[in-house]
Amino acid sequence: MEGSSILFQQLVNGLTIGVVYALIAVGYTMVYGIIELINFAHGEVYMMTAFIALTLYSIAGLPLIAAILIAIIFASLLGVTIERVAYRPLRGSPRLIALISAIGVSLFLQNLAMKIWGARRQPFIPPHKEITLLNIKQTLSLPLIGEATITMIQIIMLIVAVTLMILLSLVIKYTKVGRAMRACAQDLTATRLMGVDVNRTIAFTFAIGSALGGVAGILVALYYNQVYPMMGYMAGLKAFTAAVLGGIGNVTGAFLGGILLGVSEGLCGAYISSLWMDAIAFAILIIVLIYKPSGLLGERTPRST
Amino acid sequence: MPGFLIRRLDQLRKRPLFWGIWVACLIGITIFLTLVGMPIPYALVIFALAIVSILFSRAKYLPILIIILLAIMPWTSQDQYWLRVLITVGIYIMLALGLNVIIGFTGMLDLGYIAFFGIGAYTTALLTTHFHLSWWLCLLASIVVAAIFGVLRGLPTLRLSGDYLAIVTLGFGEIARMTFANWVGLTGGPMGIRDITPPSVFGFSFGFSAQWGYRLYYYLILVLLGLTVLTITNLRNSRLGRAWVAIREDETAAQTMGVNLSWNKTLAYAVGAAYGGAAGAFFASFNMFVSPNSFTFFESAIVLCMVVIGGIGSIPGVIIGASILAAFPEVLRFMSEYRYLIFGLIMVIMVIFKPRGILPER
Repeated sequence: MEGSSILFQQLVNGLTIGVVYALIAVGYTMVYGIIELINFAHGEVYMMTAFIALTLYSIAGLPLIAAILIAIIFASLLGVTIERVAYRPLRGSPRLIALISAIGVSLFLQNLAMKIWGARRQPFIPPHKEITLLNIKQTLSLPLIGEATITMIQIIMLIVAVTLMILLSLVIKYTKVGRAMRACAQDLTATRLMGVDVNRTIAFTFAIGSALGGVAGILVALYYNQVYPMMGYMAGLKAFTAAVLGGIGNVTGAFLGGILLGVSEGLCGAYISSLWMDAIAFAILIIVLIYKPSGLLGERTPRST
Repeated sequence: MPGFLIRRLDQLRKRPLFWGIWVACLIGITIFLTLVGMPIPYALVIFALAIVSILFSRAKYLPILIIILLAIMPWTSQDQYWLRVLITVGIYIMLALGLNVIIGFTGMLDLGYIAFFGIGAYTTALLTTHFHLSWWLCLLASIVVAAIFGVLRGLPTLRLSGDYLAIVTLGFGEIARMTFANWVGLTGGPMGIRDITPPSVFGFSFGFSAQWGYRLYYYLILVLLGLTVLTITNLRNSRLGRAWVAIREDETAAQTMGVNLSWNKTLAYAVGAAYGGAAGAFFASFNMFVSPNSFTFFESAIVLCMVVIGGIGSIPGVIIGASILAAFPEVLRFMSEYRYLIFGLIMVIMVIFKPRGILPER
């Protein structure tokens, strides 16, 4: 492949991973916007959803779409349950305390997954269903930009992610619950005084965020065709990085941050070294925060702990 | 019988139910410890430590009693496995105390503290294997190098606060780990560095021997810990320590009172990192092997939990928190597959029921 083709290929690959980061980052940023908590268990929701979809699809034998839909509902329920059990009793206590609770939940879920499904990497699509695999890995050439190609699953990822993001911004902007969410992000106490059911709004935020994280988990599981208990760890860290990069609490910022992160990783992998790919995310984050301490689109700086 | 002991016993007598439950719990824990395989003498010494701490909590010579009990502990049993566990607990206590300087005193959230532990460990590992330097020099070098990295990390992040600071420290921690893993020429990459020589005094090695077992290491970490507690307590009560607490309580007010924010924050990083580096130097020689796997984000999170669950800012609290959490994986070893699952669950339950920690700062 010639130079420009490699560049375009990496841009396409980076963009697809970027939208996945963006989907996870939205979950972090919405929760943070309202209750100022780094929901460390979010990466685990992403992982658990992929595993549930895997179980329903390759072991229980459900159709792929049905398995995915049920898994996403499960993700929402899991998110709401985590909030109810581990975060709600701690509302109002120092934020560091809630952070410890989040780390505890994350540890719990990681090891639960390891106990149920084992620590090794498993293919998402079992070998006997290789037609599906061939279908989603089908390669299409991209006209205009040399030899760069795009696969079916990459197209699906881009379309799904962008559609969901648009839907989400519509929900936040125009629906009643969306308005309640924005109100909560501004001032929790005042919102409660205005008669909004704050607990329900927060639960709803967790449900949406977790569902989006779950979608991301399934997309990545399809993309790499593998699922493993530690998959949520790095993805979660990077998505959180993306959220901070874009300015935490800001949904558009999270999307921008995710794409920026994915693309820079793709470029780093192609031109510097794939070994340092994981480090580049954090290096970019540090540089951006040094020059713009509230992130790219963020306006406010969070209160100290 | 000294007066305070009489008063203490009197106190205990007034609330028999409360103290009865306490003592029953301690006896239960002791029996549990022996059931999971800890040699009975060790468990008894731990029980004695707890009782002594309760009875003599007001006495000036409480530290001396604790030191005596800890010093005779390794001679009560021949078991080396649990001695290793105790030494590991010691390393974690040191780390938690160092992190407490940053989080507990100065109030800056740090999610990448383990990087300093790693930097200390790699410094010692490299200096002993390549230059065959004495471990004592390596210890000094590790402390200095870790402190320098603490300053290097602190300077660009002075403008940040709260969770932005947290995520940047997390980023630095991950970059440090990736450097250990990827800079193969220097660090040996994922294979790590092995055959690190143990410390020695006049040719007398501290390493494992038939006669001494791991006892010399045990005394070494005990001395290091003693120095750590001593220096940190003094720092806490010094002008610098009071400046840190002022920053934690209210940055703006502290600045108005003439506290130099940048200088004091940077010093907090340097001091916290220095303890991490010292613990790393000990870890490298005790483990005789370092690899990037020992310095993951998980470790940072665990040390953070030790500080928070023990009681942020409180030195005895942090020591207790670190002892409990560091010993947990060993104590729960009998249910090997479930232990981290339960560990996570216990973390959630602990913060829900005791959000200020086991022994909060007064």
